[in-house]
Amino acid sequence: MTGDEKHEWAAASTIDVLWVLYDKVLNVTPAIVDDPDRDRFLLSKGHGPMAYYAVLAEKGFIDESTLDDWTSWDSPLGQHPDRVLVKGVEISSGSLGHGLPIAVGTAIGQRVAGSRGRTFVLVGDGELDEGSNHEAIAVASRLRVANLTAIVIDNQSAMYGWPGGIARRFAVEGWQTAEIDGRDHEAVFTALTAPHDRPYAVVAKIEKSR
Amino acid sequence: MTTMRQAFVRAVNDGIATDPRIAVVTAVISSNEFPQENERVVDVGIREQTMVGVASGLALAGLRPVVHSYAPFLVERPYEQIKLDIGHQDVGAVFVSIGASYDDPAWGRTHQSPGDVALFDTLPGWTVHVPGHPDEVTPLLQQALKDDDRVYVRLSLHENTHAHPVGEGFTTLRHGKRGVVLAVGPMLDRVLKAVESENADVTVLYAATVRPFDSDGLRKAVQDTDHADVMVVEPYLEGTSSHLVSETLQQIPHRVRSIGVKRHAELRNYGTAEDHDAAHDLDVVGLGSAVRSFFRG
Repeated sequence: MTGDEKHEWAAASTIDVLWVLYDKVLNVTPAIVDDPDRDRFLLSKGHGPMAYYAVLAEKGFIDESTLDDWTSWDSPLGQHPDRVLVKGVEISSGSLGHGLPIAVGTAIGQRVAGSRGRTFVLVGDGELDEGSNHEAIAVASRLRVANLTAIVIDNQSAMYGWPGGIARRFAVEGWQTAEIDGRDHEAVFTALTAPHDRPYAVVAKIEKSR
Repeated sequence: MTTMRQAFVRAVNDGIATDPRIAVVTAVISSNEFPQENERVVDVGIREQTMVGVASGLALAGLRPVVHSYAPFLVERPYEQIKLDIGHQDVGAVFVSIGASYDDPAWGRTHQSPGDVALFDTLPGWTVHVPGHPDEVTPLLQQALKDDDRVYVRLSLHENTHAHPVGEGFTTLRHGKRGVVLAVGPMLDRVLKAVESENADVTVLYAATVRPFDSDGLRKAVQDTDHADVMVVEPYLEGTSSHLVSETLQQIPHRVRSIGVKRHAELRNYGTAEDHDAAHDLDVVGLGSAVRSFFRG
């Protein structure tokens, strides 16, 4: 796999959370990608998907050999993931601010179906600049979407930051929240498996120096 | 007298009651028409981007979402969500608007959406219905609710006196030799009056479904005339279907006149829909003048 210098930092910021999710948290494997009871992971922050593809390859969703030719004409792997081209990718993403509203919908759909499945969506702190996220943050708690977890990768990319902290933005709308070190696998696992009876936001902090 | 909106509400509520796939997503407008206690009925507040995003998620989870609002808030404001959350995710949904181009212009430009069908034309895979009568709404919606594809239904306060069969391409309502007039949805009655007032020897086709475009129906109608002259009268942005007429008739020399809501100026007048029809030459007088000049000789 060749590099994507522009979004290298995005990939480096998400790799630990993605690994813990697919290794220990999500109830989804290549064999059950169409099972209505599977957990759904939505990579809203579609930038820098090299980490995502690497984890999907390691877990058998995609053939590792496809990594070498990514972004080429015949490759299913682009700079932004496409769910139609890659089995196991739940949403096509790239334009910021779309995943969280969609995740509210998939979580409601799982609830309507009486499914055990949960929805996890990963957004970036810079992505939260998009107003559509804040529509969805407000709606999720009003609609009591308890099977939804939003993971915010906070690598200090937001242009003007989030005074008071990102978790507070979710908390005032009624979300349960947690803040963790996004490099600490044990902390990530503990946070992502914590019980919650309302929508849940886990802010995974990534220090730029590390 | 049932309105198109009432026919829509009834069809969707029947769907909710009988089909566990049917879901409804609204952003306040019309939300009180649907059973809010039903878990498949979701009102997101005044949040149109999330309205479409949630509908996408419901579709990804196997439901058949109906998404509804006033036309500019359903189509224009969340256009990128329609493009990406519905189209690019390759899921289906039924979008139903009210308000049309300027159903109630007293509310001003913010509540007018003459460009909605043109916007859907930038996206592949959408069926677009423009019914001209409430009795056409029900069968169109019933079919849309059964399917899995992407459907836009454009409702209006303005309607024709009679309903016509829907779902089978263009309907021929009048035969002539001088050319063809294609009337879309609520434009039909005015087109017929204009043609009759001008004593024009033209074929009149009626379309309640404009996408897919019934190219075969238009081509056959043109073949049965002596002149490949086609006038398209649409209740939204003029020229929206021109490219499809040209594509349909590309093998023969032809003339096309596109009539609809004019593009050249942003009207800041309030008034009535009839006032706006007159300003856009979409009243019987304006259409008669267009018929007279285009089919001259």
